[in-house]
Amino acid sequence: MYSAPVSLAHALLGLLEDHPRHGYELKHLYDDRFGGSHEVKFGQIYTTLARMRRDALVDIAGVESGAGPERKLYLVTPTGVADLERWLGEAEPPETYGRKVLFSKVVLALMSGRPAHEILDTQRAAHLVRMRELTERKREGDLADALACDFELFHLEADIKWIEVAGARTERIAAELGKETS
Amino acid sequence: MIEIGIEWSEARIAPPEGALLVATDLHKRFGRSTALAGLSVEVRGGEVVAVLGPSGSGKSTLLLCLAGIIPPDQGEVVYRGRTLASLSDANLTKLRRDEFGFVFQFGQLVPELTAVDNVSLPLRLAGLRRRDATTRAREWLVRLDVEEVADQRAGEMSGGQAQRVAVARALVTGPRVVFADEPTGSLDSLNGELVMDLMVGAARDQGTTVVLVTHEARVAAYADREIVVRDGSLAATAGS
Repeated sequence: MYSAPVSLAHALLGLLEDHPRHGYELKHLYDDRFGGSHEVKFGQIYTTLARMRRDALVDIAGVESGAGPERKLYLVTPTGVADLERWLGEAEPPETYGRKVLFSKVVLALMSGRPAHEILDTQRAAHLVRMRELTERKREGDLADALACDFELFHLEADIKWIEVAGARTERIAAELGKETS
Repeated sequence: MIEIGIEWSEARIAPPEGALLVATDLHKRFGRSTALAGLSVEVRGGEVVAVLGPSGSGKSTLLLCLAGIIPPDQGEVVYRGRTLASLSDANLTKLRRDEFGFVFQFGQLVPELTAVDNVSLPLRLAGLRRRDATTRAREWLVRLDVEEVADQRAGEMSGGQAQRVAVARALVTGPRVVFADEPTGSLDSLNGELVMDLMVGAARDQGTTVVLVTHEARVAAYADREIVVRDGSLAATAGS
């Protein structure tokens, strides 16, 4: 559906959730939070937004005209929020190639104030199913099997630790902000 | 298994099918801090259960309550149909000695005693003759692959060797349940894996139930299922 390594559509939904934004702003926010060493192209952002609009996930809040080209302001629709909620609530497949998506999902969920422990519990359960299989395979296999299983086991464990720390950090910051404003 | 011969004066409560340990609505406070806040959990006979949770979540307190080491302030623990709170201190001690085994992170061996004497100790306390206890202890040290330190004092062993001796001591009486609190917490990855392989392998061989408290997902992956404790309550449970 969308060709970006992270689910670009879901990342955009997350970035639009707090308030409407222009495509230009979305591109820079996306690069800043999820881009890593690869910047997303403007074309990808606008093509994705057009498809999302077709699917009623986003809508146009207004058009600003000025000296340059017209700038459309995008907002997330209730259907878009529901789609984002569904995606955030699903566990990622516990595999190496899914790691980038996992990162984006957790960051989006935490930054939008969703409870970290729900994400952690869902993902931990999925990871542990895979880790049990690997532990069993390691017990029955040869040295090459053990090395390959260890490689995956340590990475899966690191995912879980990172979610735990990210969640605890976010909750601590939220609690401190709560104290300051109360 | 050693016959424990506890005389039960109270009526037995029928446990749910397959449940060996049933904890219901456990509450426990230490001063002003709440360790358990209404936690309920069931452990089936023969299964290996991991109890996961962040530091201070109440997972170790849960283990201590399940094992009858500390009583909950509220709620009850039922083991094989009997409420632990209804047992006399003497019967509770006997139950822990004869039916339960324990593995902790540190300091569970008597440092002045040799490995074989440490492992014999629970058998001697249960009334076995010295010679029989020593023979059985040596068999377990072979099984846990630490026969080379059989005659060394616990204080002279490496952490990994000491922990395998501790596992031998926990399993030597053929307990129905082993309670392990961070059994690999002081070990490096390879020694931790060895301890887990041997402990879970030996427990499964003799049908021993294992309740395993850990904060490490790799250790929890040895279990059949996991229970997640957060703020003294059950946050999630998953697995077979």
